Amino acid sequence: MMLLEVKNLTTIFKTKRGVVRAVDNVSLSLDKGDFLSVVGESGCGKSTLAYSIIKLIDSPGEIASGKIYFDGKELTSLSEEKMRKVRGKEIGMVFQDPMTSLDPLEKIGDQIAETLMEHTDVTKKEAWQIAREMLEKVGLPPDRVDSYPHQLSGGQRQRVVIAMAVSLNPKLLIADEPTTALDVIVQEKIMDLLNEMRKEGRAIMLITHDFALAAERSDRIAVMYAGWIVEMGEAERLTKDPLHPYTRGLIDSVPDVWVDREIKPLPGFPPDLVKPPEGCRFRPRCPVATERCMKEPPGVEVDGRYVKCWLYEVE
Amino acid sequence: MSSLRAYIITRFLMVIPTVLILLTLVFLILRIIPGDPITSMVGQKVPEEVLEKMRHEAGLDKPYHIQYLEYLAGVFTGNLGRSMIWGKRPVIAEIMDHFPATLELTIFGFVLSVLIGIITGSIAAFRRGSKTDTGMRIYSIIAYTLFIPWFGMLLQMLFGVYLELLPIGGRITPGYSPETITGLYVLDSILTLNLTSLVDALAHLALPSITLGIVLSGAYTRLVRNNLIDVLSQDFIRAYRARGVRERKVIFHAMKNAFIPVITLMGLQFAILLAGAVLTESTFSWPGMGTFLIERIEYRDYTAVQGAIVFYAMFVALISLVVDVIYALLDPRIRY
Ligand SMILES: Nc1ncnc2c1ncn2[C@@H]1O[C@H](COP(=O)(O)OP(=O)(O)O)[C@@H](O)[C@H]1O
Ligand code: SF4
Ligand SMILES: [Mg+2]
Repeated sequence: MMLLEVKNLTTIFKTKRGVVRAVDNVSLSLDKGDFLSVVGESGCGKSTLAYSIIKLIDSPGEIASGKIYFDGKELTSLSEEKMRKVRGKEIGMVFQDPMTSLDPLEKIGDQIAETLMEHTDVTKKEAWQIAREMLEKVGLPPDRVDSYPHQLSGGQRQRVVIAMAVSLNPKLLIADEPTTALDVIVQEKIMDLLNEMRKEGRAIMLITHDFALAAERSDRIAVMYAGWIVEMGEAERLTKDPLHPYTRGLIDSVPDVWVDREIKPLPGFPPDLVKPPEGCRFRPRCPVATERCMKEPPGVEVDGRYVKCWLYEVE
Repeated sequence: MSSLRAYIITRFLMVIPTVLILLTLVFLILRIIPGDPITSMVGQKVPEEVLEKMRHEAGLDKPYHIQYLEYLAGVFTGNLGRSMIWGKRPVIAEIMDHFPATLELTIFGFVLSVLIGIITGSIAAFRRGSKTDTGMRIYSIIAYTLFIPWFGMLLQMLFGVYLELLPIGGRITPGYSPETITGLYVLDSILTLNLTSLVDALAHLALPSITLGIVLSGAYTRLVRNNLIDVLSQDFIRAYRARGVRERKVIFHAMKNAFIPVITLMGLQFAILLAGAVLTESTFSWPGMGTFLIERIEYRDYTAVQGAIVFYAMFVALISLVVDVIYALLDPRIRY
């Protein structure tokens, strides 16, 4: 059995303008030790997917349908109290902006310790000791437990966030754009750190808009567009030989995924999810759209890869 | 922490010019407005020679700049001089007779306003967008714009005259005062275990402090609501939840963060609170500094008015310093 299996998940936001189908009928799975990247432009529903998995969708959002199986449990039907015990303990989260994801008023040690004490029976003293060890593990001096967030740099803070996320040894680590707010050199180091966490047997789900990063770091890639997963498969093959026109467009628009290629920016923007285009949601931007694309494309399997596009449907 | 000490000392030194400017202004204004302590005391009918003699005895015939310098010299050596009217008691003694009444009213009004503000503001924030939220926001605007004498009288009519529940004026029923230790009746009643005076003092405090508390709570309601909404939407709150921290504790962290700007407002409000206390005192015949100040301005009791103003200014400065220190202790971003 897979560690995580998301089946036909739909998450909506009921806004004044209408219903936003931010995650629409998404299925994916992740095994122990897997490194999956979810890639796509901003506004495609990546974060919503991540927060749906830990059921932290604030009003006016809600999980409308679908199932989330995680390590033998079905999460969508779990009570809030049981879900709370999954959060942090079994699924760790790393956020985009380390400048804002730590409480400015609490010492690093207190923040790590509070999480530990919430889920396990450790004393405060033991929790602080673990906090020191965790900081050391993510490459920070252990005495940083006594620091406040504002005394650390962005990269150091993100290490703290990772230390916090792995301190309870969760089986799955979801990182939502963990390096977007950091400069390039720090980015590399944070990604190395995530990779180490994976080597210890954890599954990693990386959310990013950076295709090059996903290609370089992950085993598998899921490409998300306008609430749909439009392509998913093994990272190297998906990058070398993309099937979906959107994946192709994404790859062509980023420099140095594979060398010696012309950069062609992807024209246009993802659609407004209150009123997405009829049929294929990528149609307005698709260079190879045809008549059939006015209807929703089927999801098909093409030599071990999933792709949601009419091009691969043979009649 | 040594930087905190340096900060406190700097802040204290900065009080000196403020007080000096205030004092100079009061000194000038008192002498520009017509009348002087002597004529206001004995009237115009007294022969001019007698008045002259009295003015000479009080030192009022000296040139203004000499009077000013002599007074300043006194202030800097901690001597506020003597009152210029009946009894000629030391000004500091007069102040000490009236200040505890004001302090007591101020503390009760202050605590009430903060409590009401935090409760109403948090309710509004947690029910954001609901009818309750709208209700609290309307409350905040109304409370903020209420005119103290008018609102005070309304409460007097309702609870004093109509319902006959509470006294409408004064600080204590004559003969019920507790033995003086601090001059704060509630505290003294507790210290001397005098239940009768405690109840009586609290009953007298009720309407004036509710008046003051409600009027000043409006600003807190608004601030707490907006801050809390802002904090609740921040990433670190979501991060706490994503780590499985109990909602009760998440709310605690949110409140703590939302409280920081409230402390700043407390410091600012305290000066306003003392001004509000003057209005409240005259509405409720409260024998405090406000009443004292108004009375002595009438009599042109120069030294008493000057002394009261200096004392007020120092007190406000001290409170705002205390607030700043609390702020620094709570917010590590300031401390380091
Ligand atoms: N709280 C919310 N209320 C209304 N709409 C939301 C909310 N959060 C996200 N959305 C909408 O859901 C869609 C997906 O957003 P998001 O998951 O943040 O995308 P991504 O992480 O890929 O940038 C966007 O169209 C966004 O406007
Ligand atoms: S379904 Fe049609 S419009 Fe959509 S990506 Fe495929 S070809 Fe393009
Ligand atoms: Mg996002």
